Amino acid sequence: MNKNHRVPSNRTLNAVEVKSKFGAEFRRFSLDRSKPGRFDEFYGLLQHVHRIPNVDLLVGYADVHGDLLPINNDDNYHKAISMAAPLLRLFLQRKEEADYSAFGTDTVTRKKTPAALAAVLLRPDANKKKPPIIISLPKDFRPVSSIIDVDILPETHRRVRLYKHGQEKPLGFYIRDGSSVRVTPQGLEKVPGIFISRMVPGGLAESTGLLAVNDEVLEVNGIEVSGKSLDQVTDMMIANSHNLIITVKPANQRNNVVRSSGGGSSGRSSDSSTSFYGYSTPGSMAMTPSHIIQNYEPDEESEEEEDLVIEADRGAKLIPQAGARATASTSMPTLPRYEPHLDLRPSNGTMSTRSLNAHDMGLEGRNLEEEGTVITL
Amino acid sequence: MKRFRRHGHESQKDKHKQDLYQFNKTVEHGFPHQPSALGFSPSLDLLAIGTRSGAIKLYGSPGVEFMGLHDENAAVTQVHFLPNQVDMVTLLDDNSLHMWTLQAHNGMSELLEIGRFTLSGPPGAPPSVTRVTAVLAHSSGELLLLGTEGGHVFVVEVPGFRELEENNISVENVQNRIPEDYVGRRNLECVEALHENPLNPRQVLIGYSRGLMVLWDLDRQRPIQHFLGTQQLESVWWMEDGVNILSSHSDGSYCQWTVTGEDPQTEPEKQETPYGAFPCKAISKIIQLPSKQGPPFLIFSGGMPRASYGDRHCISVIHSKNHEALDFTSRIIDFFVIREGENHKGEPSALVVLVEEELVVVDLQSEGWPVIQTPYLVPLHCSAITCSHHVSSIPLKLWERVQAAGALQNTHYSKKPWPIIGGQNLAPDPPQRDLLLTGHEDGTVRFWDASGICLYPMYKLSTAGVFLTDADPNDNMNQGSEGEWPPFRKVGCFDPYSDDPRLGIQKIHLCKYSGYLTVAGTAGQILIMELNDEAAEQTVEATVVDLLQGQEGFRWKGQARLDVREEPVLFPPGFQPFALVQCQPPAVVTAIALHSEWKLVAFGTSHGFGFYDYHQKNNIMVKCTLNPSDQVALEGPLSRVKSIKKSLRQSFRRIRRSRVSMRKHHTANAAKLQEINARLEAEALQEMELAPVQRKIEARSSDDSFTGLVRTLYFADTFVSDSSHSTPSLWAGTNGGAVFAYVLRVPSLERRAEDPVVAHAAKEIQLMHRAPVVGLVVLDGKGAPLPEPLEVAHDLARSPEMHGSHHLLVVSEEQFKLFTLPKVSSKSKLKLTAVDGSRVRRVGVAWFGSKTDEQLESGLVVLTNQGELHVISLPSIKMMVHYPCIRREDVSGIASCVFTKYGQGFYLMSPSEFERFSLSTRWVVEPHCLVEAPLQMRLKNPSSPVHRDQLDGVPTEHRNFKRESEGYGVLQEIQKSLEGDQTTFLENNLKTKPKGNMLSNGD
Repeated sequence: MNKNHRVPSNRTLNAVEVKSKFGAEFRRFSLDRSKPGRFDEFYGLLQHVHRIPNVDLLVGYADVHGDLLPINNDDNYHKAISMAAPLLRLFLQRKEEADYSAFGTDTVTRKKTPAALAAVLLRPDANKKKPPIIISLPKDFRPVSSIIDVDILPETHRRVRLYKHGQEKPLGFYIRDGSSVRVTPQGLEKVPGIFISRMVPGGLAESTGLLAVNDEVLEVNGIEVSGKSLDQVTDMMIANSHNLIITVKPANQRNNVVRSSGGGSSGRSSDSSTSFYGYSTPGSMAMTPSHIIQNYEPDEESEEEEDLVIEADRGAKLIPQAGARATASTSMPTLPRYEPHLDLRPSNGTMSTRSLNAHDMGLEGRNLEEEGTVITL
Repeated sequence: MKRFRRHGHESQKDKHKQDLYQFNKTVEHGFPHQPSALGFSPSLDLLAIGTRSGAIKLYGSPGVEFMGLHDENAAVTQVHFLPNQVDMVTLLDDNSLHMWTLQAHNGMSELLEIGRFTLSGPPGAPPSVTRVTAVLAHSSGELLLLGTEGGHVFVVEVPGFRELEENNISVENVQNRIPEDYVGRRNLECVEALHENPLNPRQVLIGYSRGLMVLWDLDRQRPIQHFLGTQQLESVWWMEDGVNILSSHSDGSYCQWTVTGEDPQTEPEKQETPYGAFPCKAISKIIQLPSKQGPPFLIFSGGMPRASYGDRHCISVIHSKNHEALDFTSRIIDFFVIREGENHKGEPSALVVLVEEELVVVDLQSEGWPVIQTPYLVPLHCSAITCSHHVSSIPLKLWERVQAAGALQNTHYSKKPWPIIGGQNLAPDPPQRDLLLTGHEDGTVRFWDASGICLYPMYKLSTAGVFLTDADPNDNMNQGSEGEWPPFRKVGCFDPYSDDPRLGIQKIHLCKYSGYLTVAGTAGQILIMELNDEAAEQTVEATVVDLLQGQEGFRWKGQARLDVREEPVLFPPGFQPFALVQCQPPAVVTAIALHSEWKLVAFGTSHGFGFYDYHQKNNIMVKCTLNPSDQVALEGPLSRVKSIKKSLRQSFRRIRRSRVSMRKHHTANAAKLQEINARLEAEALQEMELAPVQRKIEARSSDDSFTGLVRTLYFADTFVSDSSHSTPSLWAGTNGGAVFAYVLRVPSLERRAEDPVVAHAAKEIQLMHRAPVVGLVVLDGKGAPLPEPLEVAHDLARSPEMHGSHHLLVVSEEQFKLFTLPKVSSKSKLKLTAVDGSRVRRVGVAWFGSKTDEQLESGLVVLTNQGELHVISLPSIKMMVHYPCIRREDVSGIASCVFTKYGQGFYLMSPSEFERFSLSTRWVVEPHCLVEAPLQMRLKNPSSPVHRDQLDGVPTEHRNFKRESEGYGVLQEIQKSLEGDQTTFLENNLKTKPKGNMLSNGD
């Protein structure tokens, strides 16, 4: 997943300067970049330097883009260390009073000063409405939509990814047959096409603001729809509904993404609009789109939801991937609370990303035990 | 280098694919949909049927069949073989004529279209002038006479289609000589009939619609005699003596006229209305043939008393004291009579009738005129087909027993062999015995011999006897009471009316080793049957199984359960039911599985599934799969609310359909119709723009209707709970993407009667993509599908590999997923819908092998909703090949598809026809036949210039002969001179060296 991620290789400094903030207190120390050690050692070190040995902490750091990202496993810890340039700014929170909504990119991206970042952290309620429901863990944050592949698509096209996962919200749009005009060597030609015909108010598609009525659908999950019937395209979209990527030609071309001339030089695609929902749906918060979703691979196994297997005597479990790939370097471990139900396999010291729906699965498992029927998602 | 190597690998793979797979549509079984024309060649002994969709099919002796399709999508209205040739002319609805020929190629005949032609009238003439209504293929094989709507007769030379304008017979030529006072003088109307003098080919009879008939001399191009009929003419028949002519009329009468030479003849010799007194319907065709045994056979269609029997489709056969009105269940298209003897001039032996839904052949030589069973063209749809099931390689023993049971049912058929025996069937004998079982709406199961090219009916099983239905079984017997007039006799087996729709068969499973058969029907009934060679009287034990298991808030509003006859029922030899399971609620049975080794039957409906021990006759287990919120499934199909959108869509379809049928029926004013169509289409388009067809994009949810519907059931001996011991198990897949597994404990053979079969739930898999599970297969340690029950016991399959891990293959409508067993973990998968938008409709396991290699490879054969066939390798689940097969609009065709175990398949291309296809290189069943030209033609082998010479300057012999015949000499004399003429004709041709082969198209 991190194939485009570049580890700075020309650094001469071997030490990483760490500035750790807990409440109003700062601690400064340094770490060896080449030998960062493991996360639990690091965690212990933090508790030690702040003298808070019995406090459960949420560890966050500000990355190069100013995003507040969590550190909670070896992978993201190593990443944080390797990305520190040269200062690694840490923000510690008590787990019980943590404000998870601070994580992510949305509010923090544009305010890159540590002060602003700190302000968000310290006064979580200052400039935003608190969600009506109980805020869940940072790992439960997940993107609901994004524009991807801006660097490789023509400016007139837009590739939108909708993350349906297990949430209640309907995808909420309709498609229809239509015709569009194409420029061909023979001149203008009318060709049949598939268009968005209607948006369901309050649906996922509408709430993203990235799709609109009369947008022409060009691709579904990387596969061109030209030559396919409306029913075929419908079936393709439904089959991909858990992770739908639609390439459209927006009817309104005025809101197109304007590519920044400097932004593309780093080789990473810019996520111009990524909105997050701050309530309890499982997902990996570490999936910050600016790092993960680069040019999309259609058959990205790690995005799949897993089938649910219920053994008659053991309750529910997720189906482990028989030939699991240990690609999920940025994921976080599942909470211990759910582990008895999940039977997850740690791989290379990392939990598999297959914990995506762990929360729901766990619930489902219990329902099963209670009622004896499968309550599906 | 690397790339090169990979390329080599690819090409090797490709070669492997080519060795194993090839796609062919091979034969069409059954009866052509919407036949519209019939033709017969006595010299070739071939039958031709044209259809409304422009297809032309030829049949000879069993196995000899040819199929052609006109490019124009127009109905075939007439088919005429050129006498004594291998050519055939078809007339289409669009007024085009087509020449077909049977060309031998590598020892195999092919049906080819070699020419087409449309009459061109004089400039400025109305289209009716050239609209062909009657065709006469002249016995010389060189001329076509085309009668038209305008009353003209055009003469065309064949096979090149050259108009011989100077020979045309115009209305004016005919009209000149008609007496002033004749009623039909002003308007003769169209040419209704053209008939050649059976003794003198230079004389033709032209029958006009208004009743006038004219005897025309082709050589001198002038009329010989006028017959001034006054009734609307339907058909004419020139009797074999050459002297008498029969004409049939629209008022249900027929007349006999004599060729006297007195011109004009104003009154017929004899006029008769066979079913007379009250007004009768038209006699559309009449023929009379001499018989050595007494008076001639008179055969005519129609003529029924209008008021009382106007709706009957009848052909009357009268021979001395025997008079029968053969009563058909569908419209009569055409008929002909086969005659015995060398020149097909002998005794009438069989009457062949083409009706809209079947072909009926009546044996005219046996007492009581019994029907001869047809070896092909059997109406599959005599009751609508509701499901089908194919069983490959039937053991000989079972085959013979089924055959014997079937033979007992066919005693009412004639013992005479099939009379149409043209061509040679050169196809090799089928390598194995295959059965195709079709389930029908009326509760019957028909067994067909599907081994070869002819789908031959073997045995018919009726399940209706088990139940009490509204219909009285004696209803149909009350026909043909003494002294009834007309003397009706029901013939044919097409009977589309079902007594009780609940009897319909939905699922069939036959175990070929044990002879056990399970059939399941529309009202939740599952019958378990056993093959018995003796008739037996027995009571069928019924077990009602509640699939709801105390589900609350349930109200079934669908059909009621079938009532079972409580008294013992006499079952004829064959498959006899001995156990019955009735699901409650009585919803359609959607899946069954039979395991004859364990003696278990599993069944499923939209409410759940269960399985039944037919050895101990008790139900073992029930599982309700119903989602409590699924109202549609809960209440049954009757309460389904029709959405406005749906009804709108339906009305659109109806409009379209009516437009299509309109187009089919009246092509006369095609131009006007086209205009209307265009307008309608524009209107429809406009409406479309107002309310476009939309599709909702939404992830499937568990609340969708029918998620609990059981789609597939599967018995397997595999590792369900631990990896060291395999156990019997039952697997079920639902519409909602759930798979349930049960471990079974089947008692040992000795204790089978006493110890109970025990089942306990072992696993549940919920597929996250929620697509309906349509297939479940367990693959053994070597990746091959488990064999069928008893297959190993009968030494017909190697035992499954029990070492190494087994795998479960779950086929959903969208994906193929392989799971390890016993620990269910996903191993690999193949996504179909996400990639190309098609969905799995039909799936089967098949074995493929190359022509040379004995080794067989297993694979999955899949038909998608796009009508594409895929072969998917096992156990690697990779797409190997795919071929387009069925139009995606043909939903019922796709739904009807059934696969064989060796890579062939069948689907209904129309309600009455199975198309057979093959995906295998090794197993292909296709016609391979040869039709040789009749002797006369081979002698002639004409070349076109000779013909022209003859036609332009008619040989003197002909002239002489004509004069002679004009003198109305004694019959014998005529015959003698005719024979003489024919020999000279032949000699004439032999003398002129043929300059080339047959005339081909465009010449």
